[in-house]
Amino acid sequence: MNCHYARSGLITLIIVLLAFPLAVLAQDKPSLMPPQDFIAFDTPNDDGKSISLIWKASESDREGVYYIIYAATSSKGPWKEQYRVLSTTRFKSDAPQYFGLSKDNEKWHFYEVTDINENPLSITTPTYFKLAVTDGTNTIAFPGIALSMPQGNWFDTSKINVLVFVIVFSFLVMYFISLARKNLNLFIRHIPGLDAIEETIGRATEMGRPILYLNGLLDMSSLSTIASTSILGKVARKVANYDSQIKVPCYDPIVMSVCQEVVKESYLEAGRPDAFKEDNIFFITNDQFAYAAAVDGIIVRHKPAANLYMGYYYAESLLIAETGAVSGAMQIAGTDSITQLPFFITTCDYTLMGEELYAASAYLSREPLQLGSLKGQDFGKGFIILMLVVGTIVSTIGYPFFVNLVRTF
Amino acid sequence: MTPEKNNKTIDTILLIIFVAFLLGINIFLFSGKYLHFDTQGVGIVVAAFLTLAMYSFLYKDNPLFKIAEHIFVGIGMGMGVVLTWLQVIKPLLYKPLIRHAIFDNTPGTPDYILIVPMILGIFMFARLYGKTSWLSRWSFAFIVGGGAGIGIPVIINSLILKQLEPSLQPIFVDWVVTWQSINILLILVGTISVLIYFFFSLPHKGTIGGISRIGIWFLMISFGATFGYTVMGRMSLIIQRIQFLLTDWLHIIK
Repeated sequence: MNCHYARSGLITLIIVLLAFPLAVLAQDKPSLMPPQDFIAFDTPNDDGKSISLIWKASESDREGVYYIIYAATSSKGPWKEQYRVLSTTRFKSDAPQYFGLSKDNEKWHFYEVTDINENPLSITTPTYFKLAVTDGTNTIAFPGIALSMPQGNWFDTSKINVLVFVIVFSFLVMYFISLARKNLNLFIRHIPGLDAIEETIGRATEMGRPILYLNGLLDMSSLSTIASTSILGKVARKVANYDSQIKVPCYDPIVMSVCQEVVKESYLEAGRPDAFKEDNIFFITNDQFAYAAAVDGIIVRHKPAANLYMGYYYAESLLIAETGAVSGAMQIAGTDSITQLPFFITTCDYTLMGEELYAASAYLSREPLQLGSLKGQDFGKGFIILMLVVGTIVSTIGYPFFVNLVRTF
Repeated sequence: MTPEKNNKTIDTILLIIFVAFLLGINIFLFSGKYLHFDTQGVGIVVAAFLTLAMYSFLYKDNPLFKIAEHIFVGIGMGMGVVLTWLQVIKPLLYKPLIRHAIFDNTPGTPDYILIVPMILGIFMFARLYGKTSWLSRWSFAFIVGGGAGIGIPVIINSLILKQLEPSLQPIFVDWVVTWQSINILLILVGTISVLIYFFFSLPHKGTIGGISRIGIWFLMISFGATFGYTVMGRMSLIIQRIQFLLTDWLHIIK
């Protein structure tokens, strides 16, 4: 009897000893679980060209386990495998522009479908999706079908912080414009380069030589070109008053037309419409280095007394400004092109750096609209400084609130 | 002989020597079969001539530079017209709209909304005739207004928010000062001082003046780095040109 019990005990022990490593092994690699909560929906905040598929991350997700996405244009098929997603990749947290910054996003898989069989998704009929999970030997399908249709969105909610900033800045600018309309004596600090403009025009008049004015290489939609044409208006008015001459070789035909209008207007305001010569504002070419070569030619042949380079420039900046420096002309540059600023600083007598270009126009004209804009921008900068200081302190303490507030996608 | 006339004579002699040198070298290159008399060979000779003509500006303004300059501007302009047709007018206006009006059997439906930008484009030409030139202002208003409208959110996004995000980093992690802390502090001080330099509503005197001076230092250091970096880029351009002259044209370097 005792012997029988001893034998049974030994067998049980052997079974337990054998079963234990197997159980541990099974715990390391949990058996394949079916996909859960598979949903298809129109991708939010997009232009209506994709469908988002999401499903819950599973405990059986690991290297070697893949999710297979099938698609069809009808609920009855035919179904065709479209994508194979490694189960340790593709989470909702990878697309904060669609799903925000919630911690819960790490628990959901996400796949953005943009085409079926290399054809764009239909926007009139739904596309059907099936999901399965496989580890190479077993395959388990989600027991259902998900369907959706892409739709363009009017609002991109991931850019709400941009909208808030636009509203805050616009409010500041509008408030200060109304303030400037009541009081034109708003203070603007001295900008040395601008005081020199008057001097250059006087010098050109005395020497009987023209003034060369360049608008940079960008088109009329660029802020630096808009600022440049605005400064051109003030310069042209002074030129008309002094009865001097201004030459404006242009890189862009539309900028040329705007410049012609602006200069013509300035001559009218100065009471000298007869002195305006449309041919002095001319188009050269919209090839960068051909333009530079032509401007160099103008500088050495016409020998302008002063060169004004206002706007955005690229690699041609040094070619032009160096030729101007060698010709002995007085040079004033103004650009928001960070990479070209060093070249203007080394070759020009005065350089308006970055925002000084935008400020220049307001400084010269003292118009309420421009004065108010400048003041509004200043307070915007004050707001940014405050955000930087407070935000850094708050994030050092351990709260990423401000970082999330300014995060863009 | 006046100094001006003397200079002109020297220039003429130099020009003749240069042209003779070019002719001699090219005759040698073609006769020695270093260059083949085909489109590629002639192209290399033209490119070499234009390169040297452009560099002749380093001596002074001269007829060779003028020839190269005018060729350059003319080709640039011509290429601009062709590219405007191929990349703008043809795919954006002719194919989706105008082609349907000309040919009956064009597949697809015409995109009628394109009539609006087409009319705005035609208004630009109204400038050529005095009485209708005011029409072009509509187009300009659209371009300037649209440009500013599209540009402002982009600038707020890329130049303010995208710059703010990496600046708002914790200075210390677990209250331990590391090199990263010093780096973050430097960036913070640099950003704030430069922003104060660009503050136009306060005079640069006293504390503000001092902070903006620090801002200028930061700006100049960054400009110095940019200057050096760009000069290195330009060096590679001149090396490319010299390589072309010595390898493709003169065959001195194999």
